[in-house]
Amino acid sequence: MLEVTPGWYMTLAAALFVLGLTGVLVRRNALVMFMSVELMLNAVNLTFVAAGRAAGVLDGQVAVFFVLVVAAAEVVVGLAIIVAIFRRRETASVDELAALRG
Amino acid sequence: MIELPTEALWLVIAFPLGGALLLHFAGRWLGEPLAGYLASAASLAALAVAAVAAVPFFTGEGHPSQSLLWEWMPAVGASFEISWDPLSALMTLVVTGVGSLIHIYSVGYMHGDPRFARFFTYLNLFTASMLTLVLAGNYAMLFVGWELVGLCSYLLISFWFTRPSAASAGKKAFVVNRIGDFGFLIALMLIFSTFGTLSYTGVFDRAAQELSGWAPTIIGLMLAAGAVGKSAQIPLYVWLPDAMEGPTPVSALIHAATMVTAGVYVIARSAPIFELAPVASGVVAAVGAITALWAATIAIGQSDIKRVLAYSTISQLGYMFLAVGATAYVAGVFHLMTHAFFKALLFLAAGSVIHAMGGRQDMEEMGGLRKAMPVTFVTMGVGVVAIAGIPPLAGFWSKDEILSVVFNQGGWYTALWLIGLITALLTAFYMFRQFVMVFLGKPRWPEGVTPHESPRSMTVPLVILAILSVAGGLVNTPFRLGLEHFLEPSFEGVRLGHPPEGVGLVLVLAALAVGAGVVGAAMAFFAYHRPPEAWRRFQSGFGKLWGWWENAYGVDDAYGAMLVTPGRRLSEQTAFGVDMKVVDGAVNGVAWLVQATGRLIRPAQSGLVRQYGLWFGLGLVALLIWILVRGVA
Repeated sequence: MLEVTPGWYMTLAAALFVLGLTGVLVRRNALVMFMSVELMLNAVNLTFVAAGRAAGVLDGQVAVFFVLVVAAAEVVVGLAIIVAIFRRRETASVDELAALRG
Repeated sequence: MIELPTEALWLVIAFPLGGALLLHFAGRWLGEPLAGYLASAASLAALAVAAVAAVPFFTGEGHPSQSLLWEWMPAVGASFEISWDPLSALMTLVVTGVGSLIHIYSVGYMHGDPRFARFFTYLNLFTASMLTLVLAGNYAMLFVGWELVGLCSYLLISFWFTRPSAASAGKKAFVVNRIGDFGFLIALMLIFSTFGTLSYTGVFDRAAQELSGWAPTIIGLMLAAGAVGKSAQIPLYVWLPDAMEGPTPVSALIHAATMVTAGVYVIARSAPIFELAPVASGVVAAVGAITALWAATIAIGQSDIKRVLAYSTISQLGYMFLAVGATAYVAGVFHLMTHAFFKALLFLAAGSVIHAMGGRQDMEEMGGLRKAMPVTFVTMGVGVVAIAGIPPLAGFWSKDEILSVVFNQGGWYTALWLIGLITALLTAFYMFRQFVMVFLGKPRWPEGVTPHESPRSMTVPLVILAILSVAGGLVNTPFRLGLEHFLEPSFEGVRLGHPPEGVGLVLVLAALAVGAGVVGAAMAFFAYHRPPEAWRRFQSGFGKLWGWWENAYGVDDAYGAMLVTPGRRLSEQTAFGVDMKVVDGAVNGVAWLVQATGRLIRPAQSGLVRQYGLWFGLGLVALLIWILVRGVA
């Protein structure tokens, strides 16, 4: 019988995190970047839960709830900003939003 | 008799000060001649108050008093307090008396000047400042007056500031005086650090107990340095001849009768300190004697009517220094007073001549003015005889007293006496030379000049001053020492120099002084009461010496080469070398550094969010590697 050790979860979480990071770095569309950020957040959530279960405590699951709440709030603000920018500029490409160039 | 409380003495300063303020704001509106009348009235009012307040001193019932106007810096004994004693009373009467006459004279002299009212503003301000100086009850207030008269002098010398020579003469007077003021300030600091107060009573009462060793000498020398600047003595006299660029009434009031005597006044006032410093007194006497001779020789070679009088003033101030240096304070103040009368008279008469000659000041172009201006001729004649020291006019009594006291000091003072005697001869010579060149002989007027007698407002002050120049000396004669008794309360406890005891010796000394005057006068008369060619020959007989006198020994050029040019070069170096290159370079360098750094690191701020993310990610990876390599602590 194949044993599923915490290492497996960690490996999966790392893979998901790198996937998300890559998405943030390579995609130009702000919405897709947002989805990638969510992917990274959930990769971290996975590590919390896995580590919590391995240690036999509930702390990991509690932390996940906090992350979910913060992520929800962040999505509310972020989406509102993206919509506002789209209405004004008719684009959601972050490369075109470079007004702060020094 | 009206009894005037000494508390009312502030009115003496308040009248001219109020006049100055009023004229400053309303002068243009008052216009000519009302502004002049108003200023004269303010000066006369001050004279009236001072005269009434001085009555107790004349009757012998007065006591020196102090009245506090307001506290200024009580901690250093510096308040606005008026010290009313015979010395300050005499000075106040001279300043307001001669000052009032000059105010009235100026109404005629400044006729038609576009800044007529402004002139009287300055004149009134000067009177108020000079009275602050002489009425001060402490050194701090004295210094306030001292600097204010310097300011007024500057303003009035450069009154016609559109003339570059007048503007630079004003600057010169200010700068040269500043050198003396430096010493004066050091003296004040030394006095304060020794006594803890600047008030006269505090200092003089304790001078004998608290000053020891070299302290009184150093304080005395520093006070003398200030006096040398203000009273135009060697080596700081160079500003006074240039000060003649101002209107002639200014030369009469400030640069002959009053302000320049402030140095003599300060030394006389500080007599209790000089009493303890025979070295400082000796230096003052020597400087005075040498200046008297030096300036008298220069006066001989001048052909500008006002420059002769300017050098004559320096020379006469030298006599006063000689007197106060020989502890003959009464004689010094006496000569100060008589000099104020006859030198003001001479300047005003010269002004009358200049007025008549349409602004010309060269005596070579005058001559034969006797018939054209009889009043000026007679009054100036009186002034010339008075300054030449011919009895019974004022100058004789005061000059003779100085010379006999100096002689009586004995020792090396005898040499100073001899210098004084020679100077008396030269004084008579250059004054009679001027008189003959201006009034006698044939007219040498340029075309288009028709001299005429001056208006009444100018001749009346001349006549009054002439009367004072005749009679002014009688207040203190060897037969009746009126002034000496009058001033006694001011010099209580000070050893005063006295003339010799024996009547015979006094008469011999007087005869020598008069003889010197008569010989000088006769020489001038015979040398100059001839056609111009003859006196030019006479002058060339002196050879190189005459050129030196004409050039004032080239002192101005020497100062220019030794002090002014190096100073200018230093300023140029600091301005264009140090300031523009070093200081500006440092400031600009910092700015350049900031800009260059900015240019260098600017590309990092690309505005591309994904690029920031990449950096962020790389940083994360680097951190991770770091932790993995080192292991978690």
